[in-house]
Amino acid sequence: MFCSCVNNQKESTYEDTVDIPASREMLAELTSPPNVPRGVGRRKAKKLIVNMEIIEKVGEMTDGVKYVYWTFGGSVPGSFIRTRVGDEVEFHLKNHPDNKLPHNIDLHAVTGPGGGATSSFVAPGYEAKFSFKVLNPGLYVYHCATAPVGMHIANGMYGLILVEPAGGLPRVDKEYYIMQGDFYTKGDYGDRGLQPFDMQKAIDEDADYVVFNGKVGSMTGDNAITANVGETVRLYVGNGGPNLVSSFHVIGEIFDIVRVEGGELINKNVQTTLIPAGGAAIVEFRVDVPGTYILVDHSIFRAFNKGALAMLKVLGEENEKIYSGIQEEGIYQPEGGGIQIIPTDNGDVVSEIPAKSLKERMEFGKITYQQTCFACHQGTGQGIPKAFPPLAASDYLNADVNRAIDIVLYGKRGEITVNGEKYKSVMTRQVLTDEEVANVLTYIYNNWENSKAEVTPAMVKSRRENH
Amino acid sequence: MNPTFKIVFTFVICSALINHIAAQSESMTIIKGGTYIPLYGIDSTNVSVNSFLMDIYPVTNRDYLIFVEKFPQWNRSNVKRLFADENYLINWERKDAFGNRLLPNTPVTNVSWFAAKKYCDCLGKRLPTIDEWEYVAMADEISPDARKKKSYNQHILDWYETPKSFKNTIGSTFINYWGVSDLHGLVWEWTFDFNSVLISGESRKDVDKDSNLFCGSAAVGATDLMNYAAFMRYAFRGSIDANYTGKSLGFRCVKNIEIE
Repeated sequence: MFCSCVNNQKESTYEDTVDIPASREMLAELTSPPNVPRGVGRRKAKKLIVNMEIIEKVGEMTDGVKYVYWTFGGSVPGSFIRTRVGDEVEFHLKNHPDNKLPHNIDLHAVTGPGGGATSSFVAPGYEAKFSFKVLNPGLYVYHCATAPVGMHIANGMYGLILVEPAGGLPRVDKEYYIMQGDFYTKGDYGDRGLQPFDMQKAIDEDADYVVFNGKVGSMTGDNAITANVGETVRLYVGNGGPNLVSSFHVIGEIFDIVRVEGGELINKNVQTTLIPAGGAAIVEFRVDVPGTYILVDHSIFRAFNKGALAMLKVLGEENEKIYSGIQEEGIYQPEGGGIQIIPTDNGDVVSEIPAKSLKERMEFGKITYQQTCFACHQGTGQGIPKAFPPLAASDYLNADVNRAIDIVLYGKRGEITVNGEKYKSVMTRQVLTDEEVANVLTYIYNNWENSKAEVTPAMVKSRRENH
Repeated sequence: MNPTFKIVFTFVICSALINHIAAQSESMTIIKGGTYIPLYGIDSTNVSVNSFLMDIYPVTNRDYLIFVEKFPQWNRSNVKRLFADENYLINWERKDAFGNRLLPNTPVTNVSWFAAKKYCDCLGKRLPTIDEWEYVAMADEISPDARKKKSYNQHILDWYETPKSFKNTIGSTFINYWGVSDLHGLVWEWTFDFNSVLISGESRKDVDKDSNLFCGSAAVGATDLMNYAAFMRYAFRGSIDANYTGKSLGFRCVKNIEIE
């Protein structure tokens, strides 16, 4: 008698997951990236109601660049769906009345023709309902599959659905949701304004943006994902495509475990894992050393020129046994120490919108700052101690506007003293137009307790002629 | 409704309507017939289109109000659910007035196929077939078939992507080669046989001929894979039923040219 009672506590095992009974109804928790819903733990298979709303909306690709995104649940990637094997999912797909286009959803976790696409095709202002049972554990992509399918995916219609095994995945300390996607815009990277989808570039697979979670900087600076030293981090990483395969890498970490392609195969001690378009992977690693870890697509130009970059900030005690930090530094200049030049692509012809007011100059300047200066001088001009001098409340900066213009135009090498601290690093000359130099310096001078000087394109031009 | 009664009733109401919208019937333009290869054909071969007249502009709220006034069966309160769902004219302020939220010269939307068809019938017109509509819509300002022009495709795609263009007034896009305005850029438009090309609903169960527009199979039946705009129109048509009413879905009428 007692034995049978005890046995009833444990979940019975089923040879075929089709046979797992689903008890009771439950409303699925959906989350927007980078968050994931709570794990399934030891809950039994249920009838899981998923309510997903499709919204076409204008969002920001990067500072000053707008794009019309088509979204599952209002975010790119779409809401994260978390299930366990045996769940019977009742899916309600709602197409907002203000939307222009019909959509549907193809979930790679579905066994059946079209992955749900044929049953979920829905016009604006309507709702489609269909049901499926999740049979195979793993991390799966879902996406819109309405013709022209490439365009629907290129505009952001993808996301992840996780199917946990019975009893759930092993517990970890932190879990995050990251999905890569490539975007094709009429203008080039950074061109301001509302940028329409460019069909030809998409067909040529010539991406302007390759980003994590739908936009440049979705997880950098204040939006960085976080963890504490000693914690284990699990990332659910998907790749919506439409075209590009991701070489997913975290700079300064080795994945302890990769659940390859989101399936059952576990690989250990991996540096970079390949994530196909329309595929996913689960990576896990323990963070031992505090600092900022950069997540990239290691097809590295995508990371530094197209936006495929995110940050994981790890807080806690230093561990010098594992990583020493800088022990000694000095300048190494084998080519005679000349100032390095970032080559320009002959591009003197720059069609740009001149700033019409101080306010606009500040706005445009901020964009240039974020693209050009931010990495070294940091978000609020605080710089990095001992490496890059501050621009905030800087005596050196405020003492001489022309000198500041010259430094931006021609670079700077050698020791300088800023607010009492000595710096001896190199700043390269910046390839910016007169207008851009004026904007960015005005932005800097009118922020962070500086002198509020306004720099005009004419001033920059005269410094160029002076040289 | 008793069919005989219906015919009589329709006749009375319609003749009244014709007088009221006389100006509208004049604002049509001649489309000279011809042949072309549509994106999706039953057999992907040339389709012949006879000459016909087409409304220059989509039907507006102002036009449609006259119809509803003369034909109260088709106002929001009286319409049969079979012929139009709950969203029929939902953005009109009252059953017999579109009110201040909508402009009189914006296209009427949230109308069903049944309603659109009836409206055209009453004017002695009809809804265009897909072939007719697509035939006229492949023109840009200067040429009758601009489908091979990159800029033509990209322009239309840009419009399709622009949110809430149903709020724009008629005539706000461009007048094409035939003198027809706003085929692209304002609203989707009902066609008489909207559901005949894209297999939808129960037809999807035809497993032997997977001719729907999802994913890869879309590429199998199409003649011009670069015409994304056309794909989007066909996809839209496949997603709707005859009693559906959408915020971005309006219509215009056409008329046969009488041979005397």
